[in-house]
Amino acid sequence: MAQLISELSKNKDIIIGICYIISAGLFIFGLKFLSSPATARRGNFLSALGMFIAVVITLWSKNVIDFKWIVIGVIIGALIGAIASRVITMTQMPEMVALFNGFGGIASLLVGWSAFVMAPQALTPVSNLTFIAVILSVLIGGVTFTGSIIAWGKLNGLVYQKAFLFPGQKFINLILVLGILTSAVLVCIPGVGGKNILFYIVIGGAFVLGVMSVMPIGGADMPVVISLLNSYSGIAACAAGFAINNILLIVSGALVGASGIVLTKIMCKAMNRSLANVLFSGFGSVTTAKGAGETGEISPINAADAYLILEAANSVVFVPGYGMAVAQAQHAVRELGELLEENGCDVKYAIHPVAGRMPGHMNVLLAEANVSYDLLVEPGDVNPTMETVDVCMVIGANDVVNPAARDDETSPIYGMPIIEVDKAKTVFVLKRSMGAGFAGIDNPLFFKPNTRMLFGDAKASVSALVSEFKET
Amino acid sequence: MDLLFILVLAIFLGFELISKVPSTLHTPLMSGSNAISGITLVGALTSLNSEALNKSGLTVVLAVAAVAFATINVVGGYMVTDRMLAMFKKKEKAPKGAK
Repeated sequence: MAQLISELSKNKDIIIGICYIISAGLFIFGLKFLSSPATARRGNFLSALGMFIAVVITLWSKNVIDFKWIVIGVIIGALIGAIASRVITMTQMPEMVALFNGFGGIASLLVGWSAFVMAPQALTPVSNLTFIAVILSVLIGGVTFTGSIIAWGKLNGLVYQKAFLFPGQKFINLILVLGILTSAVLVCIPGVGGKNILFYIVIGGAFVLGVMSVMPIGGADMPVVISLLNSYSGIAACAAGFAINNILLIVSGALVGASGIVLTKIMCKAMNRSLANVLFSGFGSVTTAKGAGETGEISPINAADAYLILEAANSVVFVPGYGMAVAQAQHAVRELGELLEENGCDVKYAIHPVAGRMPGHMNVLLAEANVSYDLLVEPGDVNPTMETVDVCMVIGANDVVNPAARDDETSPIYGMPIIEVDKAKTVFVLKRSMGAGFAGIDNPLFFKPNTRMLFGDAKASVSALVSEFKET
Repeated sequence: MDLLFILVLAIFLGFELISKVPSTLHTPLMSGSNAISGITLVGALTSLNSEALNKSGLTVVLAVAAVAFATINVVGGYMVTDRMLAMFKKKEKAPKGAK
């Protein structure tokens, strides 16, 4: 046995290589198993196992000697991570993911930074390539870090939530980017003096750039921003992998980067906007002139009358939005859904990709409330059969059910795929008041003859319906 | 060049894998990929080698901070993903009452 170990030690690089391949394979299987809720949990476990193997083998390799420092870092990180993952509520998930994106970014920045400190100052062509990777990991990591912190602040209300624009913003950003790029190029050119100063300029510039790029983006565009920052955190890890010549970082970073890009693309498509439009237009910062100035009668309804309609319904589709999360109404909604099912009604939950503040936000909230995941459907599944639906209950959603996106070419959201609730026989809109949605656009849905407005707090309204059911 | 080649293949693989994830699981996907991006931990650990320790105190501070942040991602990311995925249950259809 001792001989075997000493034999193995000679071939350390091979063993490390094999373990890294196993880790990468486990990450890939982990992501593959995420293709179904039935296998997803096992996939997450495999992914974690891959990470465990990678960390253990790295610790085992001879280069790592000082365990004292490692233990300090690991204990601090593990404690914070474990506690955060327990205390967080599902409504706060977007904030947590935003913050974690930022931590991934700063970790890559620090790895790149320490590679810079370690690098020989007399540059050779080989170390030149390493320098480019170092600069990239610091730059992307820095932007990810401060960008994520701002996104986190916007999500929990610490930072001004609407799009923040000021005159000359684009000019200042241009100067900033040019400054960073110049410093970055100078660091990479051999023989240029003051490399340390230039390097710190890149770090500082990256931090400022992260803030500047997220500030102009409004709250409801956060699904796109979080997806994009998710992608950045992967790309930063990837760059750090090039900086320290570690293939596992490159592959894992690329997987995460690709994941974020796919999600970003899905989010943009669901809003029928380009990524550039989301990032730079300051959408929602100004209340644009109202299109046709929709007028008409709105028909309010009370819980007792709504109950009578629901009681007679054969099919009901719930359409949740961010308002449901704010009101914490998901448990009441599930209770109402179950009562309807007991009543012989077919119940579905139609979830728009950009409902909520991050991709899949509504799904997690409803899963938390114990709604069976096969009842959660996408707009494409429910729209074709909408005419046969007796009641659509819109809970705290607005723009994603706005028929203007389909009918009114002058509407700012024209072309955005919506859940066509207006085609259902009856629509209940649960709403606090008659305020406009995030985009500041009138919603003609409220004035349709088949629409009934159930005003009040979403949770209170749904609970009132639940008690109507229970009383009879 | 070899590394770039692998990078490109990994990106393609990533696109393939992620496009198969249903929208229901997009939040766990993000927190799970957060955890994977904590792979920077491996990079941070390799930065804490003997050479670095002798070179300057700055590298130690940087590497320990990197280890801590990456560990938050790894531990927190996997745990919260597991917590979420445990909530996704398929329930037996309640027997439909006659109407």
